[in-house]
Amino acid sequence: MITSTPGPSSDLDRQLGDLEAEIERLRRLSREQSIDLAGEIATLDARAEDVRRKIYTNPTPWHVVQLARHPQRPRLLDLVASLFTDVIELHGDRLFRDDPAMLAALARFDGQPVVVIGHNKGKDTKENIARNFGMPYPEGYRKALRAMRVGEKFHYPVIAFVDTPGAFPGDEAEERGQAEAIARNIEEMSRLRTPVIVVITGEGGSGGALAIAVGDLTLMLQYAIYTVISPEGCAAILWHDASKAAQAAEALRLTAKDLQALEIVDEILPEPFGGAHRDPDAAVGAVRAALQRHLPALRETPVEALLERRYAKFRTLGAVETAKI
Amino acid sequence: MLNWLRRPKYRSLQRREMPAGLWAKCPRCTNLIYRKELERNLKVCPKCAYHHRLPAIERLEITLDEDSFAEFDADLTSADPLKFEGYPQKLNEARQKTGRPEAVITGDGTIEGYRTVIGALDFHFMGGSMGSAVGEKVARAAEQARDRRLPLVIFSASGGARMQEGALSLMQLAKTSAAIGRLHDAGLPYLSVMCDPTTGGVTASFAFLGDVVLAEPGALIGFAGRRVIEQTIRRKLPDDFQTAEFCLKKGLLDMVVPRSEMRSTVARLLSFFGAPKVEAVSVEAPARTETPQVAESRSGGSAAEG
Repeated sequence: MITSTPGPSSDLDRQLGDLEAEIERLRRLSREQSIDLAGEIATLDARAEDVRRKIYTNPTPWHVVQLARHPQRPRLLDLVASLFTDVIELHGDRLFRDDPAMLAALARFDGQPVVVIGHNKGKDTKENIARNFGMPYPEGYRKALRAMRVGEKFHYPVIAFVDTPGAFPGDEAEERGQAEAIARNIEEMSRLRTPVIVVITGEGGSGGALAIAVGDLTLMLQYAIYTVISPEGCAAILWHDASKAAQAAEALRLTAKDLQALEIVDEILPEPFGGAHRDPDAAVGAVRAALQRHLPALRETPVEALLERRYAKFRTLGAVETAKI
Repeated sequence: MLNWLRRPKYRSLQRREMPAGLWAKCPRCTNLIYRKELERNLKVCPKCAYHHRLPAIERLEITLDEDSFAEFDADLTSADPLKFEGYPQKLNEARQKTGRPEAVITGDGTIEGYRTVIGALDFHFMGGSMGSAVGEKVARAAEQARDRRLPLVIFSASGGARMQEGALSLMQLAKTSAAIGRLHDAGLPYLSVMCDPTTGGVTASFAFLGDVVLAEPGALIGFAGRRVIEQTIRRKLPDDFQTAEFCLKKGLLDMVVPRSEMRSTVARLLSFFGAPKVEAVSVEAPARTETPQVAESRSGGSAAEG
């Protein structure tokens, strides 16, 4: 469900926040004093659901941010389990260690071999701590590149699933060269001699996302986000006020619709009403259908043509003009 | 020394960079230094060797042979694709301050006679941030180098991607890195020099992709900011964290080169990688006995000298 915190961005958010607080209060009251308030609570629940429905119908960018980060949103392992068969996980970058925030695997899609890479966010706190909340260390990017090389060697398409808050701001990640690791992946992916499909499923957080997101096709789930900086970070830098994140979310144009208009995203994959977590199978189905639609043609495209097109795709992104000074 | 610059406004920029007065205060050792001495010393503090940040134009001036520079895309600048609040004003302020339309200058020229395509980022222009225009100019410079079979040298100084252009600025990491990739595929040398500071998206793209990666002493180099790292790991970081010297020790760089030796070091590397040499070398470049090369007659990437 969408929650109204932090920083309500509309009247609907405030209404929802008030209703949720009231429901919580009644529940506590009913628990503590053993009063039957089920009827009242049900009425309020229905009203809250009504407000949520209104929000889902036309979510603001800040709502979309919350949907993209929703704790129940389908994770990489859910997607992999439903989309692929014969999954064989690969481990380690052969240099330092195996990064649990990044998955690399050999798998079959509709019987055909592919290489799967992706950010591995956890489902609960325990798993998230183990997986560093889907924020890779340099060895994660390097593991992904190693797997992509395997794909390149056998001309197996690479399918990259993006869902990360971003690169990890830690001293060890810096010391082991995360900037270099990201740069290397970006460069190598731009000329990887096999098809690459990128699917942004949740949070596409800056460099940590782009490190596995240079490909022939960029697909994006309807309520995923893709951004150069988190809305909180942007608000803190620009306005010295992280609580203006909702405003920053608006300004950054980080929704799938915005990014399609900017030609960064090629195709939006529809999510069920209210977000992927409300019907994970439907969301996964949209991903499956898109892969089925695009893989055959990409497999058959000659590599040189593929690379020319991939280069042109990123080469043309941006908006420049002649200075008037 | 500025005679290859045809735009008079650069001169006013020079004055602004160094506030009026005969003496300058070093921000690190706080000693008062005779301004002329500081200028003579390439803006390196004679007392503590602090390397002052240089505007892009001065960087090119101390690196290239006199009169050898021809600028590319001099008027190219970022548009405001997101209609981001306050961005046009910020761009205008930066233009006023630097007299430049954008945060990078690119072009071609010679260094001790070696022909090269060159770029310099300007930290004084919106923190050297990379938006569409910076990405476009760097990519075009790499393409020029490839088409004309010249080396590429880029001096970086940047806070990272320009967030006012949203995901489009993130895409400049991909655009520039892809262009550098093609340069590498073509067998042409690319030297990256990181100056103070080089952080964020620029490090996560072209700055770390050089065949040889150099840095100036004391330069701050890293992806994530010190403060956010300290908040994340809840520990204080050592003073030298993310300095050029620290990065060298960690294996992230090839060399740390003082400003006084940067020009000759880059020239030596260009020579090693077989960069074409012009016949008429500048008076500033040391005389050489080798047979001069011209780009057109050169094929492949063989090292003719060094």
